[in-house]
Amino acid sequence: MAPIETNTESRTIAVLVDNEPGVLARVIGLFSGRGYNIESLTVTEVDVAHGLSRITVVTSGTAQILEQIKAQLGRLVPVHRVRDLSIEGSSVERELALIKVAGAGDKRVEALRIADIFRARVVDSSHDHFVFEMTGKSDKLDVFVDLMQPLGLIDVSRTGVVAISRGPKAL
Amino acid sequence: MATEQFTGAEIVIKALKDQGVDTVFGYPGGAVLPIYDAIFKQNDIKHILVRQEGGAVHAAEGYARSTGKVGVVLVTSGPGATNAVTGLTDALLDSIPLICLTGQVPTHLIGNDAFQEADTTGITRPCTKHNYLVRDIENLSRTMHEAFYVAQNGRPGPVVIDLPKDVQQGKSETYLAPEEVKHRSYRPKVNGEQEHIKEAVELIANAKRPLFYVGGGVINSGDHASEVLTELVRLTGAPCTTTLMGLGAYPGTDKQFVGMLGMHGTYEANLAMYNCDVMINIGARFDDRITGVISKFSPGSKKIHIDIDASSINKNVMVDLPIVGDAGRVVEEMLRLWKEEKRSIESRALKVWWNEIKEWRSKDCLGYSQEDSIIKPQHAIKRLYELTKDRKPYVTTEVGQHQMWAAQYFHFDEPKKWMTSGGLGTMGYGLPAAVGAQIAHHDDLVIDVSGEASFMMNMQELGTIAQYNLPVKIFIVNNQWMGMVRQWQQLLHGNRHSESYSDALPDFVKLAESFGLVGMRCEKAEDLDRMLQEMIDCPHPVLFDCRVAKEENCYPMIPSGAGHNEMLLGPEDVAEKPISEEGMVLV
Repeated sequence: MAPIETNTESRTIAVLVDNEPGVLARVIGLFSGRGYNIESLTVTEVDVAHGLSRITVVTSGTAQILEQIKAQLGRLVPVHRVRDLSIEGSSVERELALIKVAGAGDKRVEALRIADIFRARVVDSSHDHFVFEMTGKSDKLDVFVDLMQPLGLIDVSRTGVVAISRGPKAL
Repeated sequence: MATEQFTGAEIVIKALKDQGVDTVFGYPGGAVLPIYDAIFKQNDIKHILVRQEGGAVHAAEGYARSTGKVGVVLVTSGPGATNAVTGLTDALLDSIPLICLTGQVPTHLIGNDAFQEADTTGITRPCTKHNYLVRDIENLSRTMHEAFYVAQNGRPGPVVIDLPKDVQQGKSETYLAPEEVKHRSYRPKVNGEQEHIKEAVELIANAKRPLFYVGGGVINSGDHASEVLTELVRLTGAPCTTTLMGLGAYPGTDKQFVGMLGMHGTYEANLAMYNCDVMINIGARFDDRITGVISKFSPGSKKIHIDIDASSINKNVMVDLPIVGDAGRVVEEMLRLWKEEKRSIESRALKVWWNEIKEWRSKDCLGYSQEDSIIKPQHAIKRLYELTKDRKPYVTTEVGQHQMWAAQYFHFDEPKKWMTSGGLGTMGYGLPAAVGAQIAHHDDLVIDVSGEASFMMNMQELGTIAQYNLPVKIFIVNNQWMGMVRQWQQLLHGNRHSESYSDALPDFVKLAESFGLVGMRCEKAEDLDRMLQEMIDCPHPVLFDCRVAKEENCYPMIPSGAGHNEMLLGPEDVAEKPISEEGMVLV
């Protein structure tokens, strides 16, 4: 019998599902009911003609738990495909954030300067606020949000991770 | 020419007929009246009226498990659906194919907290294999056939179809026949990887201490799976054990059968499991009742695991050779290779292994002594088996001590004869399950081995038995305790019997008679055989109150937190082996 592993790791899993009522509830219920972690979860329809939605879920656990998660996802009836983007070849991961910073004077100038360094775009502004839009890896967004904290950060909205494999093959 | 129009209710009935359904178990109510009206107007499908929706689901389970077909349930919205939840969960855990049709308030009222409205698909999502809410009559026939496909294929399970009343009453020209419906995504893998099957054959052939460990998956796979499994086991000469759910998948009276394994399994089965060098798990799921504490579970064996559900593999126990596929198909291929390659296990090693097993068998772990006139519960069940075995009865049970004794003392040579709530452990399962089995097998002997506490949980179904004059034999092993609860209180809680006494019991004989059934009571060992025979010979339903020794406990037992090699063989072992702290928190 193989030794029981205790190291946990994070994985990004892509799930192609029928876009039918309740499908997201099934996936979320599976995670909560069996005590698995959800670090991030995104879902939207990606193929209108065939009625398919794509769920990207970032989860963590031991290797045994991660295999279980994939097997449990795979046996849900409306699930077409489950791919572990973290280990099946390399992949690109991105997240989008909208970040609202309110303030005036030096702090406002500093916020704009840092946003420029991070290539964040200003999508809304007034004399006393900015809304920045930023896309990138999640850890880059984390750093930006941290830097905005002392500069008047008042609101953050993030999409969660979306991911796609590199190379010419589809899911 | 005008095309024929159907109401939603008619489509439901037509789809059931096209799926070969002959029986529906149900209970009417406001939100399913159109379907009940459609049932009234036809004669092909028989409706069995139960006394509570929970009984309908268990009856459908009994029907499904004794026939291998899909069981069908029809209940109303709200409380009808919520009463069905326990049975659905039971069917999910034991992989029983069911279709449960639930009425729903009309679509325009959904979400309004209407009368008898419940979020049925929300409530049943985690306790079904899949569920549907049909909002559009145009999707109705497709959904019906898809549901049957999902319930039966892959690992079987319960499927709910929630039917708003306006969909039942609406009209449509759309009716798809079963063969016109193909599921978009669900394609379970049934054939195992050939390479892995070859590897499995190689492993078994080179084993010195092999053991077949067989579960309910073999029964679900169909009778053919049991046949090929039995042939393979006999050709190899290896011992075979089964889980509670697998009883009957391999002949219970065969000399290679070492009994059930697990918490109340036989000493020889559990020690064989602990000591084997190659384990062949076919259609079992390493349930905690089987493994005991994982760290001590069969520590030296190479493990082959054949299962149709990939998520069963490496869930509890890490295995060396997983094969995802249908038990029957994989075993058939193993058997073919075994014969073609003229394989055999080295006979000297096998002989040594069997000698060890015989040594364990000689402990006679199921032995008991029936001395005076107080009936031992083990004796009651063993005599029931001995006197009925020639009739090859269908046996259902409730949950608790009597269930384990029935599993230990009854032997089943065929699949589909034994029905018990294994995964969920639902008290009250056996009586309605016996109703379902008797409906499916009019002329056969059907026995519900029951306990007085479990019986009380669904005893309203005596009304169903009376209405259809089902000659079910309800055998209550009456020790006036929730015996298994008391046993655990003795083991784990200093013998403090908190709320486990069956107080204020009815007079079961009068209870039976009040429903027009035959009531019998047996209190003395010397009367047992005669009265059992009288019960068996009676053409009517019988409620048999068998008064047994009150303090008997169920052995052998692997206590919580222990391994297979640490079994308790009887009360005298208990004092010597206190239960660990970790064991105390387990159930």
